[in-house]
Amino acid sequence: MSEQNKNSDNAVVSPERRRFISAATATAAGLTIAPGVMLYEVAHGRPEEQAASSAVRWGMMVDATKCATGCDDCVTACNTENGLTPVAESAHPRQAPQWIRKLELQDPLTQMETNLPMMCQHCAEPPCVDVCPTGASFKRADGLVLVNRHTCIGCRYCMMACPYKARSLVHESLNDTQKPDVPRGIGCVESCTFCVQKIDRGDGTTACVEACTASGHNALVFGDMNDPESEISKKLRELPTKQVRADLNLNLGVRYHGI
Amino acid sequence: MAVKLKQLLALGVVVLTTAALAWAGSDAQPKAKGAPQPVITKAVKGEQCVEPTEFMRRNHMDVLDGHRDKTVIEGIRTKKYSLKECINCHASEKTGSVAAAKDDFCISCHSYASVKIDCFECHSTKPKGSIAMHPLNAETAHLKHKLAANTRTTVSAEDMAGVAK
Repeated sequence: MSEQNKNSDNAVVSPERRRFISAATATAAGLTIAPGVMLYEVAHGRPEEQAASSAVRWGMMVDATKCATGCDDCVTACNTENGLTPVAESAHPRQAPQWIRKLELQDPLTQMETNLPMMCQHCAEPPCVDVCPTGASFKRADGLVLVNRHTCIGCRYCMMACPYKARSLVHESLNDTQKPDVPRGIGCVESCTFCVQKIDRGDGTTACVEACTASGHNALVFGDMNDPESEISKKLRELPTKQVRADLNLNLGVRYHGI
Repeated sequence: MAVKLKQLLALGVVVLTTAALAWAGSDAQPKAKGAPQPVITKAVKGEQCVEPTEFMRRNHMDVLDGHRDKTVIEGIRTKKYSLKECINCHASEKTGSVAAAKDDFCISCHSYASVKIDCFECHSTKPKGSIAMHPLNAETAHLKHKLAANTRTTVSAEDMAGVAK
């Protein structure tokens, strides 16, 4: 009995010790690259032969106080970048895929209106990944929740599991209207990818964020939440933000301010 | 009787194999007589594929299969073995696509071999931008750049423009 206890004591690594070890490794890795160049900076514009790294966690902050009524520039930009047919132009609007949508909410008591875009929240613990029977729904190392269309069978379990209604099924053949950078097709579920093609190119931003900034609203901030010096980390430190359905404990990659 | 049948079978196998090899090995265009052969058009850009032609004819599917998982799951987007780069080089000048008409690069062989091709249910069959205005980069103009690197001579602007043509 006493021997057993001794063994278990040895096996336990205290959180402090673990933190120290990971910090030490991170520093060592940062130093080996070049003095002054930290690991996270390299990870942003990573070389094309390098896999996505968990040193980065991509995230977005939505400032609902700046999100303008009637503006849907983010939605338009998403459609253009990813080759989606706008819902209004679709032959079947009720089943048209949407990766990002604008919500206008009103408090029934105070009549206060809130505007916000809703899209895949890129959970750290994604329910869509839990329920996928083929492993097509997956989380990439850098926090993006994606669908591998090569294994997706279109069962739509993930659409049921998603608390944010973020996923769509492509019901109809797209007849070669896809963008070369964004393959998508009939019978597969899809959702916001945080513009993975742009991230892998090293742009470090998404089409919706670019559009929001270009329109002067600046309601969206995108970046690496693991990098304490990134704009998004600074904003998140500064402003009170909420996760939608925080009660589900999913640790979201999209945080809202002013809701 | 059984022996004769076996001999006949063996002969059949030999004839079929020879025919298959002859087809795979020949660069010849369709012949006037006999079964219609697939039209194999030379790539618009570049002079040499990422691997020898023989290897690619037999193994392109495996190579693409391995690359797609790396790209989708790990985010590795190297140009070699990327379907996008195949399309960049092999899109037909006429249709601007690898799979729009029956003589286009991918369709031509696949319909001959009667193998269904699923790539283009999701992937675009056309390169980014128009075929006449290919963005020129080291990864898509394979051979010229390899040669240039080997000989260590500078490539003139005219040379670079020539690759696009």
